[in-house]
Amino acid sequence: MKQQIELLMGNEAIGRGLIEAGCQIAAAYPGTPSTEILQAVIDHREQAEEPLHIEWSVNEKIAFEVALAASYTGKRSVAVMKQVGLNVAADPFMRTAYLGVKGGMLTIVADDPGPHSSQNEQDTRLFCLQARVPVLDPASPAEAKELVPLAFELSEKYEMNLVLRPTTRICHSRQNVERQKPLKLERGANFEKDPTRWAATPAFLPPLHRRLNAGLEEIAREPGLQPRLTKGDGSRPRVALVASGIACAHLVDLLDELGLSGRVDLFQVLMPYPLNPEFSARLRQDYSRVLVLEETYPVIELQLAHPGTVGKQDGAVPREGELAPDIIHRVLAAFLDLPAPPELPVQKRGQRPSLCPGCPHRAAFYSIRQCFPKGIFPSDIGCYTLGLNLGAVDTVHCMGACISQGVGFYQAYAQDGEFPTIVVTIGDSTFFHAGIPALINAVIQQARIIVVILDNATTAMTGGQPVPHLGLAADGRKTRAVAIEPLVRASGVDFLEICDPYDKPRFEKLLRQADNYIRGEQGGVAVLISRHGCIMDPAVRKAQPSWQVSVIESCVGCRRCVDAFECPALSMDSEQNIARINPDRCIGCGTCIPVCPVDAIVREETS
Amino acid sequence: MKQQIIVSGIGGQGVLFLTRVIAQAAVNRGLPVLTSETHGMAQRGGTVLSTIKVDNFASPLIRAGQADLGLLLWEENLSVHQTLIRPEGGLYLNAATAGPGERIDASAIARGLGNAVLANLVLLGLAVRKQALFCCVDECETAIRQLAPQKFARQNLEAFHQGLNHN
Ligand code: SF4
Ligand code: SF4
Repeated sequence: MKQQIELLMGNEAIGRGLIEAGCQIAAAYPGTPSTEILQAVIDHREQAEEPLHIEWSVNEKIAFEVALAASYTGKRSVAVMKQVGLNVAADPFMRTAYLGVKGGMLTIVADDPGPHSSQNEQDTRLFCLQARVPVLDPASPAEAKELVPLAFELSEKYEMNLVLRPTTRICHSRQNVERQKPLKLERGANFEKDPTRWAATPAFLPPLHRRLNAGLEEIAREPGLQPRLTKGDGSRPRVALVASGIACAHLVDLLDELGLSGRVDLFQVLMPYPLNPEFSARLRQDYSRVLVLEETYPVIELQLAHPGTVGKQDGAVPREGELAPDIIHRVLAAFLDLPAPPELPVQKRGQRPSLCPGCPHRAAFYSIRQCFPKGIFPSDIGCYTLGLNLGAVDTVHCMGACISQGVGFYQAYAQDGEFPTIVVTIGDSTFFHAGIPALINAVIQQARIIVVILDNATTAMTGGQPVPHLGLAADGRKTRAVAIEPLVRASGVDFLEICDPYDKPRFEKLLRQADNYIRGEQGGVAVLISRHGCIMDPAVRKAQPSWQVSVIESCVGCRRCVDAFECPALSMDSEQNIARINPDRCIGCGTCIPVCPVDAIVREETS
Repeated sequence: MKQQIIVSGIGGQGVLFLTRVIAQAAVNRGLPVLTSETHGMAQRGGTVLSTIKVDNFASPLIRAGQADLGLLLWEENLSVHQTLIRPEGGLYLNAATAGPGERIDASAIARGLGNAVLANLVLLGLAVRKQALFCCVDECETAIRQLAPQKFARQNLEAFHQGLNHN
């Protein structure tokens, strides 16, 4: 039979690889660049040979713990997240290194060098070094897929959780990839009780730690995971290139373009931690100068401890940002004494991202800003971070931090007497992820803040994964919906209102009421749920009226609709000094109409 | 034939779909192919860039001045992405005004078909007519049929043909 070749995104290739490897429990929290991995598992679930549980967990820690317990029963499982998600899962992740697993368990953590859509560039490989967890660093979508079954086998052989760490350029690349037949493992769940291990108290931990260390020494020598050498022709003796991940792929193409393929010894490191000590020894013996190319931190470099290393530590390789091909070109030219490439022209920024035309968040942010021009606005991670453009987002830290930061701002001001109005904005998915404990804390600490839950009934930023109040599981099955309102009430909030932000007068009236409430005698946390479905959902678009909206001649060119409201469908015609609406982008929501001070934005009804 | 292509636009313009159509044409011909895409925050109306590398490559990214061909759906991106294209490389733009490169008001044509997003396939049609791509008309049609949701397939092919036949 002819092998089936498919064009797959790296994340799809990994998702497909999980099914082919007989993974039966897959749990994730969405986050760019990791999101499509679980989506691919969902899309390919019909091809699985065994029962398959898939879930969008409420956060990464929970995803990890679900997968972990499934592994205790002997089944293969996976937890999927992005690099900063591993911080959330850090607690169980660290302990699992000691206790180990039973059925193969992988943690797939997608890193984001650059960073393209993250609050930092942290390197999961370094996290693994600290946690003592083996980590694999694929160089292409096809290789990422190939490593999945191997990683499951080794996870079972050493009873270790293994990490697969693709980076953005692997996750979001597409490549022709071969399809394999999914494995049929025929495993029934069988949890063997062993409290000395699965409930290990401190007394049992030293032997488990010894066992971990012994396992790491062995796995470092696994033949399938050793650095792969492409030998040079000896024209450049005692010089080696060491690269891992996508940096290795960039290097391969670059050497080809420069006519240097097969001229210098090149090692691709598949498993950056634990690095085989014999490999390090061999490098020290056979080479005087070694260039190490890896994203993001010097993980291989630190373990190599080669005196002739050129890399991040001596500053020859940039210590931050993506190792894009142009950067590698520069580094390689310096290392091999090649002519330096020409300076790159300064990269222009291009169009900045903004909330979609008609986005309900824009209407909510605009009202918040209007009502409280002197307010402080802590916000969070999601589409609504783009409230930055509207001046309605002052802080963005990490998932769920906004409510606690709101409390911190309040306490700092209140102890001096007067306090400004603090309006926290948090999305619905983020609220479930880490907002609830923070809300409870805000209530018991008697913070006087307004929390606006921007509820668009989806995880919009990552492409619309279901949220708990939707009543839908990852694979589309109906499930119990968990509403936001009773959770807010049970957290001890007395002021709770719900409003569609498209209804500007009512929304602003409620914001003012909330402000009165927090400043009243019995004041505390006020919660306003801003509820309107995400405009990316075609059903939402269909259900709401749409008008032909245009700007008439009375426009005085004040720019308020363009600057302060910044709907991407609106722009200034600088010659005529009049605002214009781009018909390709306008969805006719009409939320810009009340923004114009001279009523120059008008609508006509259409079907 | 080794070919390095960039597709540039803003989020929501169908850059990704156009990228996939071209890459699928390569797969159908049995050529190795690698693409890279922009996801996440930048997709929200911001500048996005895809790269496509056909034949034997290891990395999906394109170095400055190495792209053989640029397909631009958003004219303002010219200043951002032109440096990726070889000086003698091909340049095709969706633009209503005159300027460098081969231009077509793909948005206007797409609007005429009832959906501005179809500008991506109109532009593809133009590039194929000029024989700028490694693949031919039939191969693009096949790829579009494979990738478009069934109920939009005819409309998508129509957009491609409008670009193909435009003078
Ligand atoms: S009606 Fe106004 S706010 Fe709504 S999409 Fe059109 S221009 Fe933007
Ligand atoms: S349409 Fe109204 S808000 Fe916009 S620039 Fe003109 S006068 Fe100002």
